[in-house]
Amino acid sequence: MAEILMTDLWKIYGETPAVRGINLHIDDGKFIALVGPSGCGKTTTLRMIAGLEDITGGEIAIDNKVINDVPPRDRDIAMVFQNYALYPHMSVYQNMAFGLKLRKTGRAEIDRRVEVAADILNIGELLQRRPRQLSGGQRQRVAMGRAIVRNPRVFLFDEPLSNLDAKLRVQMRTEIKKIHQRLRTTVVYVTHDQIEAMTLADTIVVMNHGVIEQVGTPDDMYNAPVTRFVASFIGSPAMNFVACRLERAADGLEIRVGDDLALSVPREREGRYAPHAGRDLELGIRPEHITNRRHHSHDGFQDFEAGIKVVEPMGMDTMVFFDIAGTEVCARCEPKSVGNVDAAMGFTFDKSHMHLIDPDTEKVV
Amino acid sequence: MSSEAIPAADGGPATTNRRPLWRRRKEAYNYLALLPFVAFALFPLYIIMITSVKSDQEISNLSNSPFWAMGLTGDHYAYLAEKTAFFESWLVNTIIVCVVSTAISVTIGILAAYALARLRFRGVETFGIAVFITYLVPQPLLFIPLIDVINFVDDIVPIRDTYWSLILTYPTFLTPFVIWLLLGYFKTIPVEVEECAYLDGCSRLGALFRVVLPMAMPGIICAILFSFTLSWNEFLYSLVFIQAQDAKTVGVGVFTELIRGDVYYWGSLMAACFAGTVPIVVLYAFFMDYYVSGLTSGAIK
Repeated sequence: MAEILMTDLWKIYGETPAVRGINLHIDDGKFIALVGPSGCGKTTTLRMIAGLEDITGGEIAIDNKVINDVPPRDRDIAMVFQNYALYPHMSVYQNMAFGLKLRKTGRAEIDRRVEVAADILNIGELLQRRPRQLSGGQRQRVAMGRAIVRNPRVFLFDEPLSNLDAKLRVQMRTEIKKIHQRLRTTVVYVTHDQIEAMTLADTIVVMNHGVIEQVGTPDDMYNAPVTRFVASFIGSPAMNFVACRLERAADGLEIRVGDDLALSVPREREGRYAPHAGRDLELGIRPEHITNRRHHSHDGFQDFEAGIKVVEPMGMDTMVFFDIAGTEVCARCEPKSVGNVDAAMGFTFDKSHMHLIDPDTEKVV
Repeated sequence: MSSEAIPAADGGPATTNRRPLWRRRKEAYNYLALLPFVAFALFPLYIIMITSVKSDQEISNLSNSPFWAMGLTGDHYAYLAEKTAFFESWLVNTIIVCVVSTAISVTIGILAAYALARLRFRGVETFGIAVFITYLVPQPLLFIPLIDVINFVDDIVPIRDTYWSLILTYPTFLTPFVIWLLLGYFKTIPVEVEECAYLDGCSRLGALFRVVLPMAMPGIICAILFSFTLSWNEFLYSLVFIQAQDAKTVGVGVFTELIRGDVYYWGSLMAACFAGTVPIVVLYAFFMDYYVSGLTSGAIK
């Protein structure tokens, strides 16, 4: 159990900065997911918390104690690596007991803790096996077991599920969530998979080019992204972006997308958008917020028509691609409502979920 | 190793030892194809062995076939035991020199190779290349300055004309070889496993001994075997540095004591060669089981 505080944290490899002055406070017992594309600095940040990477500048404190110069073995942190990193010459039991033995834990206590962890992870019958006799999923469990038995202050996960097949990944994701709910230990979880981050974390930290783009709950990330990067990174399929122009109209503001589409700005957003009137902006809207035409009465919705270009059935929904002002846009529709390719189709645009992005600052206005 | 694998599930398919004829025939052909190579490789050893148990008369009688013996005799082995220092000095000296110089070289080699493979310090690349270059310096050039080194050390502790001079000098060619061999091996060990050991509570040295070395065992066994064989077969240094009869090693002892002028005592020469080969064969046979690759499998993914 611990809280982690990172203050103006820098990591520079030679001339190349990997992490550029991030500030982050992680509350005790929270599950934090660091997400971002490869090379965004998330793994470097994790490795600095673990002590496997020297800190170029700034501080990391755990429970108000600066640990910059504390060696990894004295940080009381357990880490699950992407490739599991099991000790191949030891049995599963020995793998799990290794850290406890080094800490001079008594034999009976080691047995008890290994048994509890093995029980949580369902690997009781594997204890005498060697890592090479285990399947990928079993190795993953052992790697987690090795972390759990230590009962550390902080768990670090470095893309722990990325080597598993899709089905096992979903299953282990649930297990990890259960384990956190049970143990309530602070977790820092690195992943490039935004679905993992959304489903697991209390707080998501989106990183890009070594800086933090946004910190917030999964709900914030999805509904209120603050930058274009976060808006495009979170959500699957990704958000649509279309160039647009914000104009003053007779009864308020209007967003013009090419010549075909004009969207009146809902009253509650007028105040926010007014300072940008007359500018070229970018309109962001998720596929799930453009649907087949429905009969809505209130002013958050707007109907329009477009020609279907591509249809991708996904079972529950069907993705429909069409052009708005020369840009391809994706909509999520009810399968029954979708017509044939090249036919015109009516869509409804949910304006309460649109975002306007300032192309100069890449920030959501 | 694989015998401890997962037991077969109940009701699994019954396995049978009867394999199809074509498969057995294919296997027989494989062995047949190997036969000429095995014969070629073992032929010198066979000649050594067969000659060592022939009487002198039979060896010198050119009308007899050299490929087999008419009668067996242990005379040459008895000669080695009674008239030369083969068993009580040469063999013992050789074993001591090989064991000690191998131990020194492998110890230094492990530490140096680990440092070169893992630590990041200024000039690490250059240092690695320098080690490789020292390995390339030919022995016949190196022994001249080494005499100077031996003389220098001899002023402090008497080592001249004893096997200690060999123990001092063999690591000059063994260590670079061991470093070069283990450097490659250490690089194949996933660094995450070591990092995990740090987080589990190991110091760097602790991780080296508890995690890295057990994983590098095949490489280390390989280094031990090769160093031992290299020092066992070493000839030049022991010829140059040792003159005293009872301080000699097998290679030099056989060469200087069993060949008088241009007279070759073939029987005792071959007996000495055969007796000198046995320890190496035993060593290989003993370590072969440990010399398995793939010990790191299962560590990652």
